[in-house]
Amino acid sequence: MTPADRFAKLPALLADDADLLRRGRWLTVECRIDIGAEPFHLTLEDGVLASLERGPRLMRSTAFTVRGTEEAWRCHWKEMPEPGWHDLFALTKRGAASLEGDLRPLLQNLQYFKDLLALPRRLPEAS
Amino acid sequence: MAPVLDPMVGRYVRLDIDGTPHRIYFEEAGQGIPLVCLHTAGADNRQFRHLLADPEITRRYRVLAFDMPWHGKSTPPDGWEKTEYRLTTASYTAAIRAFCQALELDRPVVMGCSIGGRIVLNLAIAHAAEFRALVALEAADFQQPWYDTAWLHRPDVHGGEVCAALISGLIAPQSPPVSRHETLWMYMQGGPGIFKGDLYFYRVDGDLREKVKTIDTKVCPLFLLTGEYDFSCTAEDTLRTAAQIPGARVQVMKELGHFPMSENPAKFREYILPVLEKIASTKG
Repeated sequence: MTPADRFAKLPALLADDADLLRRGRWLTVECRIDIGAEPFHLTLEDGVLASLERGPRLMRSTAFTVRGTEEAWRCHWKEMPEPGWHDLFALTKRGAASLEGDLRPLLQNLQYFKDLLALPRRLPEAS
Repeated sequence: MAPVLDPMVGRYVRLDIDGTPHRIYFEEAGQGIPLVCLHTAGADNRQFRHLLADPEITRRYRVLAFDMPWHGKSTPPDGWEKTEYRLTTASYTAAIRAFCQALELDRPVVMGCSIGGRIVLNLAIAHAAEFRALVALEAADFQQPWYDTAWLHRPDVHGGEVCAALISGLIAPQSPPVSRHETLWMYMQGGPGIFKGDLYFYRVDGDLREKVKTIDTKVCPLFLLTGEYDFSCTAEDTLRTAAQIPGARVQVMKELGHFPMSENPAKFREYILPVLEKIASTKG
């Protein structure tokens, strides 16, 4: 399974996490997450993933974009990630990920997004 | 049933720092060699509660951990509401020396973490003869910034929550969830703009590159310990710093991050006990 295939399972992973849903209840935003070359468009409403669209969308506007290389996400989602790959900002500091756009909703809900983007860690690595 | 009490006792000490009166909160436990503990930026002395309650340490050390001015239960100085807090190398050094003098500590050991580790390096540079030994946790002469501190203090982002969320990644994934969240809780409780003000020292005023080369470990032994999961002060940052200081002892701590004493007290103990044993057994 590619990193993008793993990220595509985000709706089920989030739906299964009552604590994360509770913490995200104030959050409504549209954002974009790039897994390597593949963009994903997320629509979050009150912390719930209303839609996850995989692939390019013409003229789609988003508040912010988090981009990471395939290697970045693969390493980030190891069951026990290595030092330097274990946090979103560890990835940006090493140049393997970037944050672009209006970062305010991201920073206002930073722990939620860190935990959201780490959810694929719960999937079996070998699958 | 008898009350279950932790062994540390908390008090306030009155002292002047650079002519300004302060009321500083500290906790202490144990007897013997004074060991002054310096917490990380934006936090408070609670980070050291496990050391304060460790009989293996307190049987030989008088452990003292104080809340820096503006932090924890230390009362901010009169007129605080009209100033923007900014920690500097000079003000931080003055606060530590004032605390040691007010408590009449005789050549204490000082152990600091993060900004506390950085200032320990400055103590080694400028005041080594005043200390029996210095222990710098998560310390380096300089570190590459990894976020914009402007996000830490603005009305549209909750300061406590964003501070905690930013630093949460500096905790090793192996650290117990209870200790992780206790560490984060302290960050959520800092005063507005205080973490940001501490980082002024860290990023702007406290660059010790070149200066660390002047440290003489024959005057005062220096120990550096850094967790492998700390990507703020990386193991490479600490090793680079130690390589410039003849006689400095350095260790990279496995499965620990930027807050070793609070994020995983049991694991940190494995590393710090031999250091404290070494210091205690060396004629001071």
